[in-house]
Amino acid sequence: MTAATLQVESLTTDYGPVRAVDGVTLAVEEGSVTAVLGANGAGKTSLLRTISGLERASAGHALLGGEELLGLGVEDIVRRGVAHVPEGRGVIGELTTEENLRLGGLWQGAAAAPLSEMYTLFPPLQERRAQQASSLSGGERQMLSIGRALMARPRVLLLDEPSLGLAPIVVAQIMKLIRSLAAERGLAVLLVEQNARSALSIADRGVVLNLGSVVAADDARALVADESLRHAYLGF
Amino acid sequence: MTRFIDLTLNGISTGAVYAAVALALVLIWRATRIVNFAQGGMLMVTTFIASSVIGSSGSYWLGFVVALASGLVLGALVELTLIRRVEGGPPLNAVIVALGLLILLEAGAGMIWGNTPKSFPPAFSIRGYEVGGTRLLFSPNDTFTVLVVIAVAAGLAALFRYTALGLKMRAAALAPEVARMLGVRVGRMFTLGWALAAFVGSLAGLLVAPSVFVGPNQFDPILVFGFTAAVLGGLDSPPGAVVGGLILGLVLSYVSGYEGSSLVTLAALVVLVAVLMIRPGGLFSTSKERRV
Repeated sequence: MTAATLQVESLTTDYGPVRAVDGVTLAVEEGSVTAVLGANGAGKTSLLRTISGLERASAGHALLGGEELLGLGVEDIVRRGVAHVPEGRGVIGELTTEENLRLGGLWQGAAAAPLSEMYTLFPPLQERRAQQASSLSGGERQMLSIGRALMARPRVLLLDEPSLGLAPIVVAQIMKLIRSLAAERGLAVLLVEQNARSALSIADRGVVLNLGSVVAADDARALVADESLRHAYLGF
Repeated sequence: MTRFIDLTLNGISTGAVYAAVALALVLIWRATRIVNFAQGGMLMVTTFIASSVIGSSGSYWLGFVVALASGLVLGALVELTLIRRVEGGPPLNAVIVALGLLILLEAGAGMIWGNTPKSFPPAFSIRGYEVGGTRLLFSPNDTFTVLVVIAVAAGLAALFRYTALGLKMRAAALAPEVARMLGVRVGRMFTLGWALAAFVGSLAGLLVAPSVFVGPNQFDPILVFGFTAAVLGGLDSPPGAVVGGLILGLVLSYVSGYEGSSLVTLAALVVLVAVLMIRPGGLFSTSKERRV
């Protein structure tokens, strides 16, 4: 077994006296999706924010291809190939669709993905390329946010609640897309979701957090089959 | 009628200077959400530098270029050393730091260059153009003032609109955290925003110095007028700053010409209060809600 693309070891994050992430260990292989599940306040978003450098870890490691990410600035972690799509999608509403997309690839210069690639992947965005991003629908914003992250050709994609506020049919589309991105581009996807059922339907592995700690980690199918776990933490 | 034309022309050239100061304030507001009350002090220092260079070298243009360059450096320096510490904090902290810097710069300039205002040469002749036997209140130097401000405003608009750097600066200003997650070095963008603002400010200082003279406190009214112009146009909008500057220049020119120059400052404050009461976002506001 080769070393996982993204390896998180005993990661701990404190907000003052509050321990948001408590010794989390997980791994995401190239071309696979790992879902991080749990209720509100379980530490899912804090985990992603710590990996991408937005929060400072108190202890532990986050390794990309064996190299430590912790301690690097947010801008440098992106440059290592870790793209973070934030909760609420982080689309900059005052910029146009195309400006948002271009922004994602600017640091890569000529090595960035061409805009046309994103328009092929997300046809609705092409029609709205010159419109202010604030005029997009929720699903379009999610596409824009993911497309913008892909512009830099990342190795790891951190997705925070991509299903939030979307209609079930759109959620299904987005989940399918995430699955195919991992498979076709060899991306290592760490998918944070409250919508455990949809997330597990496309994930290879699942990690369940409660109060910042891992309470279960297994193959996605095994988690779905574990009825007591589902009732206790996943709510379905 | 000639009087009206004269006042209009004069309003346009002074308005261009207010527009430049307003642009400097807008650039910093957009980048870091700080109203730079030290702007008047910063452009005073760069104009003093120009005055010294012109005095010792005899070349106006050398002084001009040195002043603009020192504006860039001063802006970047102020952001890196002082403003960095208050960015993202309560707005009042930044205001106090800016006011403190203003006092520091004015006192320092007084110690170095003296408190007596000195004359400052114009770039071109200030003798008005002669049209059909009458001399207009508009000179080659006024033409230069208007053109150079238009050029700078257009250059900035092109920078923000068409370049990758401009896109990064806008993203850093609009959503700093998201911009960082996309690899934009936000701190550098803020530094650059301050440098550009101080550059435009130093230009305004050079343009207005021949008529107000150079002294530690000579540029205080210019800051008030520039701020009024920026609020009039909408603090977020560079085109608004230019239009606001021109409108204010015209209004103040008419007030000064028809009612007396002692009412100019009062008129500017009336405009400021009126805008804040009727359309607090300014003429060119795009957002509905605004922190003040």
